[in-house]
Amino acid sequence: MASPFFGDLINLLAALLLLIAFAMLAQRRVLSLINLFAWQGLVLAASTAVMAYSSHQHHLYYSALLTVLLKVLFLPWLLHRLIRKLNVKWDVETLINIPTTMLTGLGLVVFAFNLATPISQLATTVAKSTLGIALASVLLSFLMMITRRKAVPQVIGFLAMENGLFLAATSATYGMPMVVELGIALDVLVGAVILGIFFFQIREAFDSLDLKHMEQLREK
Amino acid sequence: MEILWILGIPLFGALLLAFLGHRRWAPEINAALSLATLAATAWLTVRIIAHGQMVMVDEMFFVDSFNIFLIALTAFVGFTTALFSRPYMRIETQHGKLTPGRLRLYYSMYQLFIFTMLLALSTNNLGILWVAMEAATLATVLQVSLYRTPSSVEAAWKYFILCGVGIAQALFGTILVYFAAEKVLGAGGTALLWTHLNQVKAHLEPTVLSLAFVFLLVGYGTKVGLVPLHSWLPDAHAEGPTPISAVLSGLLLNVALYAVVRSKILVDGALGTHFAGNLLMGFGILSVTVASFFLLRQKDIKRLFAYSSIEHMGLATFAFGMGGSLATFAALLHMTVHSLTKSAIFFTVGHAVQKTGSQWIDGISGLIKQSPAIGWGLILGSLAILGMPPFGVFASEFLILTSAMHRQPWATPFLVVSFGVAFAAIFGKVQPMVFGESNHPPLPHPPSLLPVFVHLALVLMLGLYIPPYLAAWYHQATQLIR
Repeated sequence: MASPFFGDLINLLAALLLLIAFAMLAQRRVLSLINLFAWQGLVLAASTAVMAYSSHQHHLYYSALLTVLLKVLFLPWLLHRLIRKLNVKWDVETLINIPTTMLTGLGLVVFAFNLATPISQLATTVAKSTLGIALASVLLSFLMMITRRKAVPQVIGFLAMENGLFLAATSATYGMPMVVELGIALDVLVGAVILGIFFFQIREAFDSLDLKHMEQLREK
Repeated sequence: MEILWILGIPLFGALLLAFLGHRRWAPEINAALSLATLAATAWLTVRIIAHGQMVMVDEMFFVDSFNIFLIALTAFVGFTTALFSRPYMRIETQHGKLTPGRLRLYYSMYQLFIFTMLLALSTNNLGILWVAMEAATLATVLQVSLYRTPSSVEAAWKYFILCGVGIAQALFGTILVYFAAEKVLGAGGTALLWTHLNQVKAHLEPTVLSLAFVFLLVGYGTKVGLVPLHSWLPDAHAEGPTPISAVLSGLLLNVALYAVVRSKILVDGALGTHFAGNLLMGFGILSVTVASFFLLRQKDIKRLFAYSSIEHMGLATFAFGMGGSLATFAALLHMTVHSLTKSAIFFTVGHAVQKTGSQWIDGISGLIKQSPAIGWGLILGSLAILGMPPFGVFASEFLILTSAMHRQPWATPFLVVSFGVAFAAIFGKVQPMVFGESNHPPLPHPPSLLPVFVHLALVLMLGLYIPPYLAAWYHQATQLIR
């Protein structure tokens, strides 16, 4: 039922997603970071839709729709609004050692593929090889959160991690049961709103969104 | 149908208190709602004891002897904490630490937090378990930053990011479980249902399940506070309001450990080896040892007892990892007595801190002279948590230690040294706070210490005598897990 064309198309989209994850890792402007995040969501939705079409799993259309609404429209809109209100729209972060970060990222991709290979071989879906890509983009988002010292980019890394997890769910298993997917979407939504509230609390408490001020609570 | 009451009451309470939380009688509503939840739980417990395990509402909920005891414990501590938070939050409001908006947030999120924990415990769906665990983080994160001081905002941010990242790993683990289950059970709703998974666990793909368990353990283990994933825990406990420290320590850690143990049952069934048990033992013993040494250098009383929670959760994790009837029985007992004792300690600590106006151990002294109830509560609670006979913690620690001597002798020296260090650290710090001179003014409201002594009496009873139906209940749960 699944022609190799769709498999290739999904692989292409997944590769794009990974590429965007790398771009986010090196992106210093907050505004561009949000746009990259929106693009990543769009690619994710497209790959889910292709998956739905090729495998006739109709509930995946709803997942794709949910992704567009939440990750392409609502979250980027919320983040744009927040950075405008917080006056950090043109913030540029000084990232040290981009080459080292990129090389670490490459290492993570190799590691992710190694980890995922035995599992991918068991998968029966059209897009089984994308599981490695999904795991790689989760790890890259994780790396991004570690390297960032400002609140907004860290949160974008957090949300991008969820994109990778979603790709893993659709590529390995044709998506989780609908009730679980809705629950996860609700958590992401509420989480994003709470993080928005948090930005204001952080700025009120520290006069800045720079997390380097957060060093009081350490084991002395 | 009881389950709908159990979940419906706190959810309704969260909505109600979101509007009325700033009223003068909001604390009473909060306590009444918690009492209603407890009553519904008692009703369900009676039915489970009479009829055995049950699957409810179109297979959405599943209650057996393992989770019913945690559900009952959660509802009980949820109620006593609501009682304690009545005078506590009144005093905080009088000190000008809270605005009406924040009070509404506090009460509403308190009920929501209880709801998410009860949902996590009673759901039959591993996906919903994940959703509820994440929701529990979301419900408490704004509580931790309730006072809006720089350090509380920092603690809440750390809590959010670390637990969020951790729990994302658990989601990947859940996806892998679903992936393995789908091959056996077919795609669709049933492949994540615990009742179905448990029946086919021997046919699940072992490689996938072992990888899944690693992710699940890292994810839920972050919330249990296992070393080295623990760094959010002392901060969140120290900076949030004390009722929240009590429920985080007494309940949330248990719920997270419950999720780990459920995963272990599946993996053990699929692998037939001791892989999951070994991982749990490793993390457990590391947590016990590291946490007990960190106890020595604490200067903040709430951080002190937060590290003690890491130590005790590590001990329970170790016991579950060892497996077998005796160790599993001890682990379940330890979860119960730790939850009761630690929440009692946080109640007294909360009042002691309000009385002296200081969270620093050096700033607190002479509690027993000024307020004998607070002083006795703290010293008895500390002795109980340190595993002194005749309290229940002694019974569970003794059982864990003896089964470790028989089955995992290498662990014994680590455990004995850790217990010794923990005793020296906690007793050495609590003793000067309780005795000695004091010149603090009395509290405007009488402290609510009834919950403390009820908890300690229960812990004492569990140390001396476990009622037969309770013992039977633990034994049934032990059969399910080991």
